[in-house]
Amino acid sequence: MQPRTEATLGRLMASRLWKSIFRSGRGTSTLHRSMAIQQSVFLHILPAKVRRRMLNFDATWYLGTLTLGTFLVLVITGILLMFYYHPSVPQAYADMKDLRYVVSSGLFLRNLHRWSAHAMVLLAFAHMFRVFYRGAYRPPREFNWVVGVILLLITLLLSYTGYLLPWDQLAFWAITVGSNISSAVPIVGQKIHFLMLGGNQVNANALLRFYVLHCVILPLAAVLFIAVHFWRIRKDGGLYVQQSEPAKGAGEARVSTEDSAQEAVAKP
Amino acid sequence: MSDYVAGMSSDAKNSPKRVVFVTRRTSAHVRSVDEEQVQTYPEALFRAALAVQVLVIALVLLSLLFNAPLEGIANPTVTPNPAKAPWYFLGLQEMLHYFPPIVAGVLIPTLLVVALVVIPYFNINIRPDGVFLKSRRRNLTVFYIVAASLSLFLWFFDVYVALAPTLMVAGFMLIAAFSAPQSPDRFRRYLVSRPVSWWIMTWFLLELAVLTVVGTFFRGPGWSWVLPWRS
Ligand code: HEM
Repeated sequence: MQPRTEATLGRLMASRLWKSIFRSGRGTSTLHRSMAIQQSVFLHILPAKVRRRMLNFDATWYLGTLTLGTFLVLVITGILLMFYYHPSVPQAYADMKDLRYVVSSGLFLRNLHRWSAHAMVLLAFAHMFRVFYRGAYRPPREFNWVVGVILLLITLLLSYTGYLLPWDQLAFWAITVGSNISSAVPIVGQKIHFLMLGGNQVNANALLRFYVLHCVILPLAAVLFIAVHFWRIRKDGGLYVQQSEPAKGAGEARVSTEDSAQEAVAKP
Repeated sequence: MSDYVAGMSSDAKNSPKRVVFVTRRTSAHVRSVDEEQVQTYPEALFRAALAVQVLVIALVLLSLLFNAPLEGIANPTVTPNPAKAPWYFLGLQEMLHYFPPIVAGVLIPTLLVVALVVIPYFNINIRPDGVFLKSRRRNLTVFYIVAASLSLFLWFFDVYVALAPTLMVAGFMLIAAFSAPQSPDRFRRYLVSRPVSWWIMTWFLLELAVLTVVGTFFRGPGWSWVLPWRS
C-alpha cells in the first residue's frame, strides 16, 4: 500500500466514528484481533482462535467455505437479476430474452447465477462426503451434521425452485416431471401436488409460488441455518481433529472429541 | 453455595457458577491440549477470503465461456422426449424407470434423508474398527446375506445400472474380508481397516455418481440407452 493511503487509513481507523462502529479499534495485538471477532455481530459466531492445522487444505478441502462462497455469489447476482425479472407468464420468458439481448452484461449475470447454483449443489454434496470421511459427524457434532442435512435439502430446494423461473421448455418440463412425483405420496399426494403448484399443473400460479419460495423464504431459511451451522462449529469445540492427522504444531497431547467438548464448555 | 437455589426460582441476581462435585477420593486430573492455535482474524478469515476469490474467478471464467441454456417458451402441449429433471435428481429419475413412483419417488428419497440424519446417532457408525476384524463370523454372515439379496433384487428388476456398483463394492469387501491387517499390500491394509459405515457410504456415493451420470448423459428418447458421443 502507498504510505499516504496507509496513513489516511490509519487516521480513519483511529477516529471516533470508526471506533464507534468497530469497537476493536486499531492494532495488531492478540487482544485487538480477538476483539475484531468478538465485537462484530457477524463474526462473533466464529471462535476467536482456531487450531492451526485445521487451516491446512487437506483437513476440510475448504469445501464448506466454498459452499458459503457460492451462496454469497448467488445472493448478489440473484438480487441483481430480480431487478429485471417479473414472475408472470409470459413476461418471465421475455425477461430472459431481454437479459440476453438488451440488458448490459445481462447474459453474464444470468450465466454466473446459473453456474454458481450448479456449483453450490455440487459443493454441498462434496462437503457432506468430506465431513463424513473425516469422521467429523461424531459426537459432539451430531446435531451439526443434522443441521447440515437440512442445509443440503434447502440447497436442493433453492436450485429446484429456481429452475422453473426462466419459463422455457427446459424449466417447464423439469418441474412437471419432478412435481408429478409428489402425486405418488399415499392419500395426500394430490393435495400436496395442488398446494405446491397452486393448480393441477405447472402454470402461472406455480411460477409465482416458486418465485416467492426461491427469492424470499428459502434464502431466509438458508441464512438462518448457516448461522446455526457456524455457531455450532464454535460450540462443538472448533473443527474436528482427526487422530491420524499429524499435528504440525508444538508437542501435541492426546486430543479426543471428549477434550474438545470440555474445551467448548471452558471457553464459551 | 448456600445462596444457590436450583430450579425455576434461582435468584437472577446471582451469576451462574460452575460447580464440580468430587464424589470419590481422586487426585486432580488435568487434561491439557497442547495444540497450536492461531487468531481467526486474520489467519482463518484471510484464507477463507482467498479460497472464495479463487472460486469466484473460476465461476466468472465459466460464465464468460459458457452460456446458460434457454430453450423456447414453455409450451404445455409439446412434451420434449425425454423430459428430464435437474441433474441432481436424475439418479432418482433413473430409479423411476424401474420402480413405481411410490418407491422411486417417495420411499427411496425419504429413506435416504432419514438414513443421513441418523448416521451420527448410532454407535455402529461411530466405531472405527474394520468391519471384519471384530465378531468376524457374524459380520461375514450378515455381509453375505445382505450383498446377495441386494444383488439378486437388483438383478430381478433388471437394474443393472445399480447392480454394477453394488457388485464392485461387494468385491472390495470380499478382498477386505480375506486380507490380514498386517498384509504387506498397502491397499489391502487400507481396505481391512474400513468400518462398516465407510462401506455403506462409499456404496451410496458410487451409486449416486453412476446413476446421475447415466441419467444425465446416457438416456435418450423414451429413456432408452444412448451414447452421448454418438448423436
Ligand atoms: C449450505 C450448505 C453448507 C454450508 C454453507 C456449510 C458450511 C460449513 C463450513 C464453512 C464449515 C467449516 C469447515 C469446512 O469449511 O469444511 C462446515 C463444517 C461442517 N459441516 Fe457444513 N456446510 C453446509 C452443508 C453441510 C452439509 C450438507 C453437511 C452434512 C450433512 C454439513 C456438516 C458439517 C459438519 C458436521 C461440520 C463440522 C466439520 C468438522 O468439525 O470438521 N454441512 N460447514
